[in-house]
Amino acid sequence: MIYNIPFIVVVLLIIVGLATVVFKRNLIKIVIGITIIESGVNLFLITLGYRENSVAPIYTFAPSTKMVLPVPQALTLTSIVIGVAVMALMLSFAIRIYQHYGTLDSRKIRRLRE
Amino acid sequence: MNMNWLLTHSPALLIAIPLLAAFLTPLIDRLSKRARNVLVLIVLITVEVVMIVLAWDVFTGNTHIYTMGASNPTATIPVQAAIPIRIVLEVDGLSAFMGLISATVSLAAGLYSLAFVRRETGQGRYYTLLLLMLVGMLGMEFTGDLFNLFVFLEILSIASAALIAYRFYRGDAVEGAFKYFVISSLGALMVLFAIGLLYGQYDLLNMAALAKVMKYTMLDKIALVLFIAAFAMKCGAIPMHMWVPDSYTVAPASITAMLVVASQVSLYALFRICFSLYGLTLDVTTVGIIIISLGLLSMFVGVTMALPQKDIKRLMSYHAISQTGYMLLGVGVGLYLIGKPEFSTYGMAAMEGGIFHIFNHALYKGLLFLTAGAIFYKVKTRNLNEMRGLAHSMKFTAIFFMIGAFAIAGIPPFNGFASKLLIYESVYCVSPILSIIAMLVSIITLASFVKVFHSAFMGPPMRNTKEGEVPKSMLIGMVILTVGIILFGLFPGWVVDHIVHPAAQALADQAAYIQAVIGG
Repeated sequence: MIYNIPFIVVVLLIIVGLATVVFKRNLIKIVIGITIIESGVNLFLITLGYRENSVAPIYTFAPSTKMVLPVPQALTLTSIVIGVAVMALMLSFAIRIYQHYGTLDSRKIRRLRE
Repeated sequence: MNMNWLLTHSPALLIAIPLLAAFLTPLIDRLSKRARNVLVLIVLITVEVVMIVLAWDVFTGNTHIYTMGASNPTATIPVQAAIPIRIVLEVDGLSAFMGLISATVSLAAGLYSLAFVRRETGQGRYYTLLLLMLVGMLGMEFTGDLFNLFVFLEILSIASAALIAYRFYRGDAVEGAFKYFVISSLGALMVLFAIGLLYGQYDLLNMAALAKVMKYTMLDKIALVLFIAAFAMKCGAIPMHMWVPDSYTVAPASITAMLVVASQVSLYALFRICFSLYGLTLDVTTVGIIIISLGLLSMFVGVTMALPQKDIKRLMSYHAISQTGYMLLGVGVGLYLIGKPEFSTYGMAAMEGGIFHIFNHALYKGLLFLTAGAIFYKVKTRNLNEMRGLAHSMKFTAIFFMIGAFAIAGIPPFNGFASKLLIYESVYCVSPILSIIAMLVSIITLASFVKVFHSAFMGPPMRNTKEGEVPKSMLIGMVILTVGIILFGLFPGWVVDHIVHPAAQALADQAAYIQAVIGG
């Protein structure tokens, strides 16, 4: 049971993030929602590679015990880097939108819908 | 540096050359604008030429494998290991087919941009991102590794989003870009989660190796749903289409032409996951029906929403959704029938129709968006009610628009007719209703484009616009796509036999895909 807790947290994070993206009207909050989903997915990847009583996957001077899987860690690292780029670009869009419309409320930003 | 060396390394080169050039562009931009344009053009032409050489070799029956970082690029499995652990690029018929589309449209868009964005600031960044888009597309098409697919997907979406917002001084451009980017990031995270689900079960990221051990458990089904939802969202199929008109409308026209191809690359990823990763293990009837209904919905709803539009690019974007439906329909029918005896008779023809339509769509829709951009360049509006009589001053643009409109409506002898006929004939055997809907959509498409042609090009000339045609580089960009449309329309038999059939065959034959990487 105790080892399932990270997976429960993953699901919770993703649901919270999705709800934020779908129901919140503030653009900054939408960006936050996406970041929360991303953290959930990253936590999921890291949890996949975890092994009980194991050491970090560094071969030099490693004791001959179990190691955690290195691949999910590499994936997570890549995903974090991409996530930062995504967040930066989204926030800069939000800044531009605020400059043009004077608001971050997605209901009031509807020039495209006519 | 002989031909063989080039062929062996071309999959890696095709990704590396534009990637390096992309980061060289802002540097050269500081020194000289002219040198930067020359560099971008040389890179785009090089990619096109190398792509044609590679595609030619692939279409004659050789699947190209390239293992990143290995001393021998074809050795996919390292000596001490039992599974492929390096990143493997796998270029089979379909990858080469999609690569040709991306390279051709990028070349046309690049040429067109030379004059089209001449008056804008930040052109160095524009070309950097344009090359990065090309990298993302080629990478997604060539890669044989799931995580690599995710990385290139993100490169493609970040570059596209930034380019949609290129005219950031207009609020609507940033608004469209934001919508696109939220949808893209959500889709990409779904893909990453699905990759995690597969990795957790099989400890594999290589698609061919995964396909070999795929058991289709409950978790695999969840992963499949996530993949299909994410890629259908990114290719703009109907229930998830709302970002398409917004972002296509506000992006510069050359980028819209690239975005059309970018959505088709997502379509490619969808097909690749369904056919090559899951293949016969999945419930082909159910998934086939789901994809067919997505296709029918997109076709019909897309075209009916296009009818009342007044904005020329918005109207064309709804048509883009509707045409995506044809591809989903054709390939969906192929998936529905795969493994059944009917597959060899008309299932294959349906898939060929759907895949042929991808290329045709990229050509004529790209051309139509470029003509819309040319109109915007001259009259500074996209509103159909504010323009008239443009055929008086823009004769070539009018001709190109007519060719594109005939092609999209499926009128012979243009290329849209060839692929649509293949789809009509083959899906008729499954159910006549599918065929009837497809034809009806074609007719409405024609009606809608007659309206556009009439209101934009016919009538007395406008007073307050400058006389004359758009600059030469924009015309050359449009000519490239027009030549493609006419050639494909005049020789459809040759194209289907030599280009489309190998692509459809590569998609249908999962065993060959696995064998190319794993061997035996």
